[in-house]
Amino acid sequence: MQLETTINGRNVTLDFAGGEFLYETLRRYGYLSVKQGCDTSSCGLCTVWLDGKPALSCSTLTARVAGHEITTIEALQDDAREFAEYMVAEGAEQCGFCSPGFTMTVLAMKRELDNPDEAAINHYLAGNLCRCSGYKGQMRAIKKYMGVA
Amino acid sequence: MLFNACHKGNSYTVDRHNGINAAGLIYDRKGGTHKNNAKTFLMLQIENHLSPSTLEEAYETLTSVPGSLVLGGCGYIRLGDRTISNAIDLSNLGLNFVHGTKSEVEIGAMTTLRTIETDALCQSLWHGLLPRSVENIVGVQLRNCVTIGGTVAGRYPFSDPLTALLALDARLQFYHYGEISLEEFFTGQGLKDILVKIIIPKRGQIGAFQSVRRAKTDYAVLNAAVTKTGDDYRIVVGARPGRAVLVPEASDYLSSNGLNETTARKAGNIAAASLQFGDNPRGSGEYRKAICPVLIARALMEVHHAA
Repeated sequence: MQLETTINGRNVTLDFAGGEFLYETLRRYGYLSVKQGCDTSSCGLCTVWLDGKPALSCSTLTARVAGHEITTIEALQDDAREFAEYMVAEGAEQCGFCSPGFTMTVLAMKRELDNPDEAAINHYLAGNLCRCSGYKGQMRAIKKYMGVA
Repeated sequence: MLFNACHKGNSYTVDRHNGINAAGLIYDRKGGTHKNNAKTFLMLQIENHLSPSTLEEAYETLTSVPGSLVLGGCGYIRLGDRTISNAIDLSNLGLNFVHGTKSEVEIGAMTTLRTIETDALCQSLWHGLLPRSVENIVGVQLRNCVTIGGTVAGRYPFSDPLTALLALDARLQFYHYGEISLEEFFTGQGLKDILVKIIIPKRGQIGAFQSVRRAKTDYAVLNAAVTKTGDDYRIVVGARPGRAVLVPEASDYLSSNGLNETTARKAGNIAAASLQFGDNPRGSGEYRKAICPVLIARALMEVHHAA
């Protein structure tokens, strides 16, 4: 099968198999920031933006993205780097495998929420699991990054 | 579609619908493995992905081509090992909406749970019952994908919003069948039809939703929703782990005796005594039966204080 879509601002034509999910297609086309995690819609590692909203690419059929806009962290390098500096400053990174999906959700949250409190941040990020950090350092970094610390 | 894979230093050429399992064995979707007898992975295959431009076209495909399936939000589709001849995608039919009229709220079948969670009209009605019933479903990313229509059509027993919708006395509009109450839809055999929208009456209901979960984003061990309209109550318990059901015995008791802390607890006990609870990996039937009165009493008191 074939479709036309937009990835990181570029119009592209994708070849894909029926039943293929978006993260599989993206990785095959070289967008390796998009991780395969739980494969059961639980961990958030595969988070991308679909039309500007965070979405699980493991639960999005590639066939459904025709005519839509996909954004991966490859297109958000400056924003991601800025956030990463807060993470590093708080010692919030460990293995880093969850970071691309986690960062995509944080950047979406910054666009969507104004002055969120800790409960709102926790709620927004509930779909991103990190098996290393314990979340405390991440929360400190996020609050400073969001300017709500 | 072939791709190269490497596992523990060995290279393989694998079809997209085959793969390499955790033990490094090549598996194929027809059930075989190339070494030993390792279990085949679950795989999804879609032969045709159709985006009909009318409901009639969608309905005709669904009813005339064997193996056709309507796609909802696709949150669970990957968990099954299946081949779908025609996947019918309703994304282009304008079914992503929340409309309010004087007497009802209509929610399109392709409306995402995140839209319901954040929609101003949904938040303003029923003491926020409907948004509260979806807000703990995994994460924002999943709620941006999954649809209320997929949830309703799937009649998932573990569902939170179905418990809330039953408490709100929702009706369903199918393209061919027409309207049916959610309660009747739950007890029937299901319909091979296209769900168009969910219709929720505006009767000044005050609602509350309660659940117990082992973790914030896990499925509920048990959930309960209550609505109060004047002196009438609708009490619903879901994830028992069976499908959500009304508890008329408890509602009748409250209508006759009024609502206070004592009667709320009593209504919860009546509900627990009249329902069947079962075991699953999230909890035992015994545990569910024990927490049922607590959830109902909490929901009732929330309604009482909000009234």
